[in-house]
Amino acid sequence: MANLKELTHREDRLAGGHRLCAGCGASIAVRQVLLGAGTDPLVVGCATGCLEVSTTIYPYSSWKTPFIHNAFENSAATVSGVEAAFKGLQRAGKIPADKKMKFVAFGGDGGTYDIGLQSLSGAMERGHDMVYVCYDNGAYMNTGIQRSSATPKGAWATTAEVGAAQQGKLQRRKDLTQIIAAHNVPYAAQASISHWKDLTSKAEKAFAVEGPAFLNVFAPCPRGWRIPSNQSVESAKLAVQTGFWPLYEVENGVFRQTVKVMNRKPVTEFLKPQGRFKHLFAPGNEALLAEIQSDVDRAWDSLMARCVTE
Amino acid sequence: MPTHKTLAATGNSVVAEAMRQCAPDVMAAYPITPQTTIVEEFAGFVAKGRVHTEYVTVESEHSAMSACVGASAAGARVMTATSSQGLALMWEELHIASGMRLPIVMANANRAISAPINIHCDHSDIMGARDSGWVTYFAETAQEAYDNTIMAVRVAEHSDVMLPVMTCLDGFITTHSIDRVSVMDDESVAGFVGSYKPKNALLDTDAPVLHGAFAGLGGPYFEFKKQQRVAIENARAVIKSVGEEYSALSGRPFDVVETWGMEDAETAIVVIGSTAGNARHVARDLRAKGQKVGIVKIRVWRPFPYAELASVLKGLKAVAVLDRAESFGAEGGPLYLEVRSALYDAETRVPVVGYIYGLGGADVKLELMEKVYSDLSDIAAGTAAPAGLVYLGAREEA
Repeated sequence: MANLKELTHREDRLAGGHRLCAGCGASIAVRQVLLGAGTDPLVVGCATGCLEVSTTIYPYSSWKTPFIHNAFENSAATVSGVEAAFKGLQRAGKIPADKKMKFVAFGGDGGTYDIGLQSLSGAMERGHDMVYVCYDNGAYMNTGIQRSSATPKGAWATTAEVGAAQQGKLQRRKDLTQIIAAHNVPYAAQASISHWKDLTSKAEKAFAVEGPAFLNVFAPCPRGWRIPSNQSVESAKLAVQTGFWPLYEVENGVFRQTVKVMNRKPVTEFLKPQGRFKHLFAPGNEALLAEIQSDVDRAWDSLMARCVTE
Repeated sequence: MPTHKTLAATGNSVVAEAMRQCAPDVMAAYPITPQTTIVEEFAGFVAKGRVHTEYVTVESEHSAMSACVGASAAGARVMTATSSQGLALMWEELHIASGMRLPIVMANANRAISAPINIHCDHSDIMGARDSGWVTYFAETAQEAYDNTIMAVRVAEHSDVMLPVMTCLDGFITTHSIDRVSVMDDESVAGFVGSYKPKNALLDTDAPVLHGAFAGLGGPYFEFKKQQRVAIENARAVIKSVGEEYSALSGRPFDVVETWGMEDAETAIVVIGSTAGNARHVARDLRAKGQKVGIVKIRVWRPFPYAELASVLKGLKAVAVLDRAESFGAEGGPLYLEVRSALYDAETRVPVVGYIYGLGGADVKLELMEKVYSDLSDIAAGTAAPAGLVYLGAREEA
């Protein structure tokens, strides 16, 4: 695992000057993940979304690496095809047999947890040598903050409104990391942009694996979360410290907590700074807050029970 | 000259054989009736090591075409096959494949679209995809299905074209019936299709490229679409020259519009796919009785052969167009609309009658073809006017 000083000497394969918002978690996630890719040539695939539209406005590209965007739901299937082409062309002798390349697909939570889940599941099951990275900001941010299945319970979104009859999103979020871990892929992990060392070392492991690897990276969206641009990393850190977003990895079926949280903070410390949860702190919603805390506690206990103790 | 081997084989079997001979680097496919035996036979070739192809057994047709797009952009020769609901599920990817100018070759086993669910032949699947920018061939026979597959590779990969190509064959009729097919030796096919030299390949890391850029916000989306129009218009000449070259190699004729009895015909049926055989059979009987009837078979549906069709139909006394697909709310089926459009600029306005037939595999009996020629004869003699849309052979009540 490289230290911070060494990482600063590696080339960023996502250039500055892209048109993502200030404070966007996605670009931080991409840079940290690609730092873990080493020096082999790399093909990047990307689902339709903020990351794609903001970095590939014709005739410009922010990617210092071959890049493909296909559609919203199929970056996993698309990169499956790219990786298959590499194998087919190697077998035909059109690419040298000893040439090494890496393949990575990015998608937001909408394109991964929801519309792209089938394509992702298929790619993981088939065992393509690729890394799939979900940058999870908990909503369909590209189209204007609609709820996704990664949106936390109680969060405001434009399709999960707040009013007399409803207090934001009614349902719990989907646990995608465990769903992908259940595919028995060699490597799956949950990471956060707030913990760069943890994230880059997970990315290194993911790229080193032969076969499919999955990274679910917590990547706040200031615009959708109703937080100032300079609070992205802080928000992500609070998600980890409250146990809302535990950092762990699943390596060949073995669960391991990668960042210990000694004194878990109450989940309200993660919720309170964000405008999308403001209504939860109004009188009358105490029970909902308690329910959210109890959901976090239960998920935490269940995960810790699965993790090996070291 | 190639060695030819005559086989008794199904259309699907010889399509799989043609694909093997064209040596795709990647096939990404999902099974669907009646396409399934193509992808099964190809899986057999892979298992036996008879192709170098990387076979991606995807979880859906959407992912099949998505993976084909990725593989083709990567720089591979790519093939797949589908049918019906599968083609419908691919719809957005069909547009992306052509919009990204990727020379993917796909066989489509024509089958009805739900609802009600039905697995038999009609052309509603391909007609639903007709504006997706794919060059589209149709086969009447297993032989044509084989030949079209090989020609498709050359057309798709031609530098003036660079578009995906679909080769259609009628579900169960052509896909599953055992037919007499002449197949060339592997070296001749390999020599004909040549090796694919991609431009702008993702895997060419010496010259990194970006595929699938965002072209909104006043970007060149409109201009890209104009370029696609130029490309498919370019395909007209390429299809003909590739067809001529293939004819010389195979000894079998090829034209985008193939005719029978049209030298002195007074009436004619315009048809696509396997039904051309039924129509030709009836026409032959009528010719023996002295009736001047002909057949016009469309072998390439996109780009549509307007000029060729106008030239062959001009001066006729009546023309029937047989559509194996609906276009609900339009004046007739998709082929009818195109034929009428082709004739708009003709010097004399030929009376055209539109028939919808054989939906969901409904029987195409010879009596139905006889009825069509009989209607045409009445119109030609002036004893009947062209009727509106006719449902040929549909029962009064289901």
